[in-house]
Amino acid sequence: MNRHLISAADLSRDDALRVLDTADELARISDRPIKKLPTLRGRTVVNLFFEDSTRTRISFEAAAKRLSADVINFSAKGSSVAKGESLKDTALTLEAMGADAVVIRHNASGAPHRLAEWVRGSVINAGDGAHEHPTQALLDAFTIRRRFGRSSDGQGPGGQAGRGGTLDGLRVTIVGDILHSRVARSNVILLHTLGAEVLLVAPPTLLPVAVDTWPCSIDYDLDAALPKSDVVMMLRIQLERMNAAFFPSVREYSRRYGLDCARMAQLPERAIVMHPGPMNRGVEIAAGVADSPRSTVVEQVANGVSVRMAVLYLLLGGAEGDQ
Amino acid sequence: MAHAQPAGRSGSGKDTTARPVSGDGKIVLEQAEIARALTRIGHEIIERTRGARQVILLGIPTRGVPLAARLAAGIQQVEGHPVPHGSLDITMYRDDLRLRPARALGRTQVPPDGIDGQIVVLVDDVLYSGRTVRAALDALNDLGRPRAVQLAVLVDRGHRELPIRPDYVGKNLPTAQHEVVRVLLTEVDGEDAVLLGVAGDATGGRSR
Repeated sequence: MNRHLISAADLSRDDALRVLDTADELARISDRPIKKLPTLRGRTVVNLFFEDSTRTRISFEAAAKRLSADVINFSAKGSSVAKGESLKDTALTLEAMGADAVVIRHNASGAPHRLAEWVRGSVINAGDGAHEHPTQALLDAFTIRRRFGRSSDGQGPGGQAGRGGTLDGLRVTIVGDILHSRVARSNVILLHTLGAEVLLVAPPTLLPVAVDTWPCSIDYDLDAALPKSDVVMMLRIQLERMNAAFFPSVREYSRRYGLDCARMAQLPERAIVMHPGPMNRGVEIAAGVADSPRSTVVEQVANGVSVRMAVLYLLLGGAEGDQ
Repeated sequence: MAHAQPAGRSGSGKDTTARPVSGDGKIVLEQAEIARALTRIGHEIIERTRGARQVILLGIPTRGVPLAARLAAGIQQVEGHPVPHGSLDITMYRDDLRLRPARALGRTQVPPDGIDGQIVVLVDDVLYSGRTVRAALDALNDLGRPRAVQLAVLVDRGHRELPIRPDYVGKNLPTAQHEVVRVLLTEVDGEDAVLLGVAGDATGGRSR
């Protein structure tokens, strides 16, 4: 693995499987009375959040703490950033404090990439603008793999953890605001790496310019896509980013691209419904769908901690430098 | 696991896969001798724990796990009751994590009733520096509070770096630190044997 995790494209197929297999083992820790491992004792993880976030920040914090790392939370509100400090100066401050890893969320695409040039520790992208959110893609892949029974549940010879499978042949449909979604971009890259066939469904106004270069296919008709989907991933309509007329009204969007119970009935029997959260119930996903047994929303949150533990362990747990 | 490696060599540890025995080291224990040693250890466990009623055998991956399973089967044959066995991965508790790249995790599988109040027998193939066992004791600590912890190893090769001693030993094997002991087991390697070689000629096998 690279020293940083900035894009889902940093992960080869082997790297990605390694993260998922490690996460499979780490997930078992949460069933134990003592949910803690000493592995990252004495290491410092800084959560650097320039954008609001609850679940990602808490998830990273829980992951780092379960591995016994020291966690410093930094949010732009109430910090020197509010006084106009630049990203670089903030980075140098963190560097002086000896951060072994920086988990960064920033509203500008590419901020983690720049940060990686300034700090010695590992940089983990927790969402940058409309660019990428690789740990979300990893936890989605992890959730899919578990739901379809391809994770490493068996035990190999000699108690070596079994190797889990890829997502070969699974059809994943990602629906909604692809244009503003870092989750969609990271998922397209990672799911493709893992062998899934990805289909994007969105109104033409909500697709990014170069989407035809992405390793996926595109459709505009949700009803046609549903019967041939094993996984449907609904994206949040980011009302805070709807600064132009991307669609006539929220209600019209919901009619054409929202997943309601009638649409869910068109899915194949084993299909699952995913959502990265936070959900706009009644807009992109109906409450009946979000609370149905097909929905993995709650699992995704729980899996997020295991996957982030795996990422932190693989980036920080070993020797400095790389294999 | 284990192991302080011979100087200057960062060994290949637990995550190695099967390799054929072809002239890398001389055979110290053959299949029949391994079987005999395990039978004897089984009997000793029964004797020391008065019937092995409250015993849980936990193997340390990789090769401790099939050894624990074999011991459990042997004890069951003699005593007529099943003996719970499982695995205890110690990767996250190692003291040399920062000396090597992050490695793959093994599986921890503890019998469903837990280890509280039981006699846990840790099972490993080779006892060398004692560092693996120290890590295993830490790992156990996070799983519960056994009544007692004992240690069974197939080969004790000496050179302890910590105050740790085994309760049950298959064979005491005096070695020099530059030598490498490799244990092969059918479940993992396709055959049973214990080999003694010199560091450097065992390309990637289980060197310790």
